Amino acid sequence: MHEQDQQIKFYQTGTFTVGNRLLAENQRSVQADMHRTNSLNSGHRACQGCGEALGARYAIDAAMQATGNQLIAVNATGCLEVFSTPYPETSWQIPWIHSLFGNAAAVASGVAAAQRALGRPDVRVIAQGGDGGTTDIGFGCLSGMFERNDDVLYICYDNEAYMNTGVQRSSATPPAARTATTPALGPAPGNVFGTGKNVPRIAMAHRIPYVATASVSNLRDLERKVRHAMGIHGARYIHIFVPCPLGWGSAPADTIKLARLAVETGLFPLFEAHDGQVTSSTPIRHKVPVTEYLKLQKRYAHLFGKEPDLGRIAQIQGMADRNVDDFGLLQ
Amino acid sequence: MDKPYAITLDVGSSLANKTGAWRTNRPVYLDRLPPCNHACPAGENIQGWLFHAESGDYEAAWRALTEDNPLAAIMGRVCYHPCEGSCNRGKIDEAVGINSVERFLGDEAIKRGWKFAPPKSESGKRVLIVGAGPSGLSAAYHLRRLGHAVKIVDAGPRAGGMMRFGIPKYRLPRDVLDAEVQRILDMGIELELNCKVANILETMQAGRFDAAFLAVGAHIAKRAYIPAGEAAHMLDAVSVLRSMEGEDKPMLGRRVVVYGGGNTALDVARTAKRLGATESIIVYRRTREKMPAHDFEVEEALQEGVLIKWLSTIRNMADEGTLTVEKMALDDKGFPQPTGELETLEADSLVLALGQDVDLSLLDGVPGLVLKDGTVQVDRNMMTGHAGIFAGGDMVPSERTVTVGIGHGKKAARHIDGWLSGKPYDPPPKHELASFDKLNSWYYSDAPKTVRPMLDLARRTSTFDEVVSGLDETNALFEARRCLSCGNCFECDNCYGVCPDNAVIKLGPGKRFEFNFDYCKGCGICEAECPCGAIKMIPEVS
Repeated sequence: MHEQDQQIKFYQTGTFTVGNRLLAENQRSVQADMHRTNSLNSGHRACQGCGEALGARYAIDAAMQATGNQLIAVNATGCLEVFSTPYPETSWQIPWIHSLFGNAAAVASGVAAAQRALGRPDVRVIAQGGDGGTTDIGFGCLSGMFERNDDVLYICYDNEAYMNTGVQRSSATPPAARTATTPALGPAPGNVFGTGKNVPRIAMAHRIPYVATASVSNLRDLERKVRHAMGIHGARYIHIFVPCPLGWGSAPADTIKLARLAVETGLFPLFEAHDGQVTSSTPIRHKVPVTEYLKLQKRYAHLFGKEPDLGRIAQIQGMADRNVDDFGLLQ
Repeated sequence: MDKPYAITLDVGSSLANKTGAWRTNRPVYLDRLPPCNHACPAGENIQGWLFHAESGDYEAAWRALTEDNPLAAIMGRVCYHPCEGSCNRGKIDEAVGINSVERFLGDEAIKRGWKFAPPKSESGKRVLIVGAGPSGLSAAYHLRRLGHAVKIVDAGPRAGGMMRFGIPKYRLPRDVLDAEVQRILDMGIELELNCKVANILETMQAGRFDAAFLAVGAHIAKRAYIPAGEAAHMLDAVSVLRSMEGEDKPMLGRRVVVYGGGNTALDVARTAKRLGATESIIVYRRTREKMPAHDFEVEEALQEGVLIKWLSTIRNMADEGTLTVEKMALDDKGFPQPTGELETLEADSLVLALGQDVDLSLLDGVPGLVLKDGTVQVDRNMMTGHAGIFAGGDMVPSERTVTVGIGHGKKAARHIDGWLSGKPYDPPPKHELASFDKLNSWYYSDAPKTVRPMLDLARRTSTFDEVVSGLDETNALFEARRCLSCGNCFECDNCYGVCPDNAVIKLGPGKRFEFNFDYCKGCGICEAECPCGAIKMIPEVS
């Protein structure tokens, strides 16, 4: 390249796109690589436009690259497990084990201990599950893994409800969202405005070495965080936002758009924390009101009836604005 | 019994599960027509040549550009760039400075001495071109590339037509014009100057030409009857601009009045300023909104101190140079009507810039021709009513600009080639338009603030005056990279990355992508996240 090219530092799409022909090979994403692992291969039975299938391939491919393919994944019960491994087929092109709904973190701790016993410190362990298996059912095992600082990266793919069993509410379901168990009926339709359960913050309270949030809408950010996590030993946690067209009542083509809007509204802040302290956040590029995000999903349709539910929309906007303040998302 | 006590079943791959069967819509890759290409009167593949410029391969960019238009350095100076007016980037921040990049490429080509390749084989056919202006030169270039023997004849003393005898030097330096004309002639094209064709059929027969392309332009100044004293100094714009090319520059005096509202009027007024006139005044009978001249030219003229009297007509010119000017007022229909209100203007000379007519005398006695409103009628193949005689540029009904003329030349060349070979040229169907709503503009970088002011300055000055140079390489590369590549894959890998089903196959650099329809579920994320709109979802047919 010319010297002047370096001076300009303008690459048309920069690092917003998956690849970019103007960037050097080593500046492109793992997903741009013709020889990426495709850890979660074709033929899986996830719905059209599944955000979780996408997030899992993004994260595990990045972890495979970071560890030189020396990786074992432990999966909690949930969509990801069900759609990827209906007997006798598997979509996983990595060593992969499934045990129970609630014990992924504990099994992963055991796998890590076994590798240590075998004298294979190069083999790294990831535990992964949905929000149900993480924030509800597997929460005790997860907290134990954190508290012992076991050498595991736990990844939660958050689609905000129990999806494969028929869209039941989880403790990650956002306020006002309609699910099978929080129908859009009565004076306050949809999920209650509770106090919330912010697992990334809870993980930080354990003062584990690394906690991060990521989104399928920001691949470079996600890959960087996974790579960083694999460079650290001890308990680590990454919480990835993965839209669910089926459960959210959104168009399959809108999966990444919704993930992007969740970030750009401030509803899902992207940040990382080391040893319990927030160390960085990813700024919002073009701030948008929460209605742009809510309107694309049928689970919020009751907020936009003949009489829009302005009060609760304002409450949701308040949540977004608070995130913007808390994490300094507008720089 | 040799069966084991416990068995481990082999796991099968999910590749056995062909999820493509779920699909109701399928994605297809397509090339859409970028708005810049759509707007270009010369039919340039602008997005196509910017693609090469983006990677810094300026020669490939110039070669892609000259597939359609051989006069890049001239275009980068005199084209009114309708491409920029339609550029989708204009809806994000500001249109890509296509014209300035074109000028940069054209100048690079001259500087580095890039040449056109000679044709691979000779067709044995001979084509006569009348007129060495933009349209004739363009036709000559394209016909020569197609292997035909080409001869250009021109009535003038130098090649270039209105590019030399109409466009002032401050807009088009003559060394640039000479270099680009010579490069075309170097392909093996014969040029005969100072040769006026009196009868086209006789000339064709004498030279054993198989076809002819006429592009004589419009060089006869239109007159208006203005009562004037015998000593009144009244000239026409065409001769003023033409005499700028000769030894004796026109004597316009210190106070010059130009009558008319087109680009030519502005050219004369600005030329007069440069010749030392202290007052250069344009008198135009309508308003600025109605003026046919381009806005930026009006702006530049005003910046240079040219004055414009709107809604005014010239009644007469007395011997001592006193002009009587009448104020006009627009009526209900927007036409100027006299008000009877008179004023006087002192002028050493009055230049009429009221439009130009075509000298059609070479067509006398040619059967089949249709002439209308002083122009030759041509069909959609640029052929006149007389088989084998084609025409283009200012002598056929159209907008009279250099770029339109160049476009005519290319189009005519293709149809002449088709006519000569007996296989009529069938233009490929136009792709659907890549309008802004087809793009996902999220993915494009914002232009860094540190570079923008510099660029704005370069852009403003590059179109104004040859005293200031065009873009340097840093700016040109940056400007090229602002292109959104509307409707045409630029291999950003987004589709390959965002497919949840790993159903996009990356074929490698320069080879783009393919869908794997065994597994594509038809979710449409690839279409939604394609920055440039090169994917379309269509219904699956059983």
